[in-house]
Amino acid sequence: MLPDLLIALTMLSNFSLVATSRVSKAIQFAVLQGVLLGLMPLAMGLGRHFHIVLLAFAAVAVKGWFIPFLFRRALKQVHIQREVDPYIGYTVSLMLCALGTGLSLLLAHNLPLKPGTEYALMVPASLATLFTGFLLLVSRRKALTQVVGYLVLENGIYLFGLLLVEDMPALVEAGILLDLFVGIFVMGIVINHIRVAFDSTDTRHLAELKD
Amino acid sequence: MAWLLILVPLLAAALAFAVSSPTLRAWILPAVGVVHLGLLLVALTGWRTLPATAWFGLDALGGWVLLVISILFCICAFYAPAYLALRPDRDHRVLSTCLLGFLGLASLLAQARHPGIAWVAMETTTLVSAPLIYFNRNRRSLEATWKYLVIGSVGIALALLGTLFIAYAAHMGGLEEPLRYTRLMENAGLLSRPWLRAGFVLTLVGYGTKMGLAPLHTWKPDAYGETPGLVGALLAGGVTSCAFLALLRIYGVVAAAGEGAFARELLVAFGMLSMAWALVFMIRQTDIKRLLAYSSVEHMGILVFGIGIGGLAAKFALFHLAANALVKSVLFLSAGNIHRSYASKQLPHVTGALRRTPVSGWLFLLGFLAITGMPPFAPFLSEFSIASGALGTGHIASGAVFLVLLGGIFLAMSETVVKVVFGTPSAQRVRTPYKDAPATTAPLIVALGLALVLGIWLPRPLQSMLDQAGASVDGVRSARMEARP
Repeated sequence: MLPDLLIALTMLSNFSLVATSRVSKAIQFAVLQGVLLGLMPLAMGLGRHFHIVLLAFAAVAVKGWFIPFLFRRALKQVHIQREVDPYIGYTVSLMLCALGTGLSLLLAHNLPLKPGTEYALMVPASLATLFTGFLLLVSRRKALTQVVGYLVLENGIYLFGLLLVEDMPALVEAGILLDLFVGIFVMGIVINHIRVAFDSTDTRHLAELKD
Repeated sequence: MAWLLILVPLLAAALAFAVSSPTLRAWILPAVGVVHLGLLLVALTGWRTLPATAWFGLDALGGWVLLVISILFCICAFYAPAYLALRPDRDHRVLSTCLLGFLGLASLLAQARHPGIAWVAMETTTLVSAPLIYFNRNRRSLEATWKYLVIGSVGIALALLGTLFIAYAAHMGGLEEPLRYTRLMENAGLLSRPWLRAGFVLTLVGYGTKMGLAPLHTWKPDAYGETPGLVGALLAGGVTSCAFLALLRIYGVVAAAGEGAFARELLVAFGMLSMAWALVFMIRQTDIKRLLAYSSVEHMGILVFGIGIGGLAAKFALFHLAANALVKSVLFLSAGNIHRSYASKQLPHVTGALRRTPVSGWLFLLGFLAITGMPPFAPFLSEFSIASGALGTGHIASGAVFLVLLGGIFLAMSETVVKVVFGTPSAQRVRTPYKDAPATTAPLIVALGLALVLGIWLPRPLQSMLDQAGASVDGVRSARMEARP
């Protein structure tokens, strides 16, 4: 019951993410989503495995504390509040997000699940979250919002990984988290360079290179 | 030995970060390159003892790819001290550290026997190569770095999802961890087909992004255009080879599961699309480094095309990996020299390279002839064999398109190259102090020489390694993998 609720909240936060124009709100939703997903293994009753608890703890720490910390620092430096004039408007984004969610349900319908799997919503929710992240990445101009998109994309993958969490060694799962951590960290550094070079984090300035 | 190959470059990376003298730091690169190549050769001579339960180890395929990367690294590393001395204004602490870090991670990837570890290694190579692209520290290189990072990260995320899909395919079939490649291939029949297919598509798109297959190559011209030739050579021959290897491992599992026909169609289609796309953007390309980037898109297309055809063509696609890496290093490094000499890489400014920098000009010209398939260089042998493999196995239409595209690319590239190397240097163009010196040309001559030798004669140990690697790509277990504990 609880896992299904968390999955539903994740899917709802997808819609909030594409509909908001405030960068700080988008960050909050992405972080909220990350923490919800971080708690999923416990909600799924996997608390008896020590390494899974450890993983859940690490996921919540990275997504709930470290990444928001990086974002807050970046926000303080760049003084941006709103995503102005995105490539794809908010209404269209919402409709695309709904379309993506529908397609995910359709796609997941064609992928058989292992008999006895309780969480049938997990696959479509994961694909929908992935799609939302992708949508944010391609439709927004601010470098920070693009990083939020990457974070959401990773959330989608993490959600799928939960289907396998009992059978995957902690090594691989920890690798996922570590990479997310380092990926966001490196992007944070680049954002800072963008700010210094252009005095803005609008990726519209990054359009000099073309054929 | 396996660990030394990984740890020596990584420790050297830490050392390079700590050393304060720029000259000394620059010489760490060739030293580590030679040590790595030596260790690898020793490891390859004793390569029959990899147990099926190993987490790390060199098989024929991984060994071949790592050999290519190690030789390429040596060439670039011997070029590096002289190049970095030309740019005393740029601190290369980060550059040297990341170059060495890349070599260590490539060794990890080549030896990883588990798709999860291979993925982590691939992701980390993306991250260490981002600072390389930002070496010039200007707005243009920043834009290139951002695009590389964002597109590369999305690609790699899709590859992760694909890897998880394949893990789920195994989970459905009752296979549990550890899902090493050997185990996946031995029990490939048990894998759930829909998940396996979906997983392959995702890994193809994901690792294809890292390789720079069209239409996922958009980071490539920017990244290669804005980095020093040194980094371009290593990205075009090294990072792409890593992604190709990661893709081949997954393809091996898919082929072993009997889904090869499905995968091969996709590979052939991606290959032809990449070649055609590259051709379109090569026509009237005025920037020599971007031209080389599109050439790289084309050759990644040739690689997957060859694998898609299978058999002889697959074996020669692996050979082409080496041929492409060697010749691309000649092209990128000589283009870098020309760039130094003219302080530009754009066509109207750069003309008459044969007069101003004769050695680099000749190398650029010969490199162009080699890469477009002029005998007797190595790319001729591989491109010819891939085409004859395609025609010989009944892929008449694909084979014909392949040949037409190669011809078109030769014409498109030659237009730019001829203007760059021939003619007279324009008088208004300021002359920079750069002159060709043995230190900036000798490594290129060696690379071109190797490409020439490989085109004529392949030593017997390499031949057998290539045969085994080709067989393992097609899902046939190599002799080495059969060794059980």
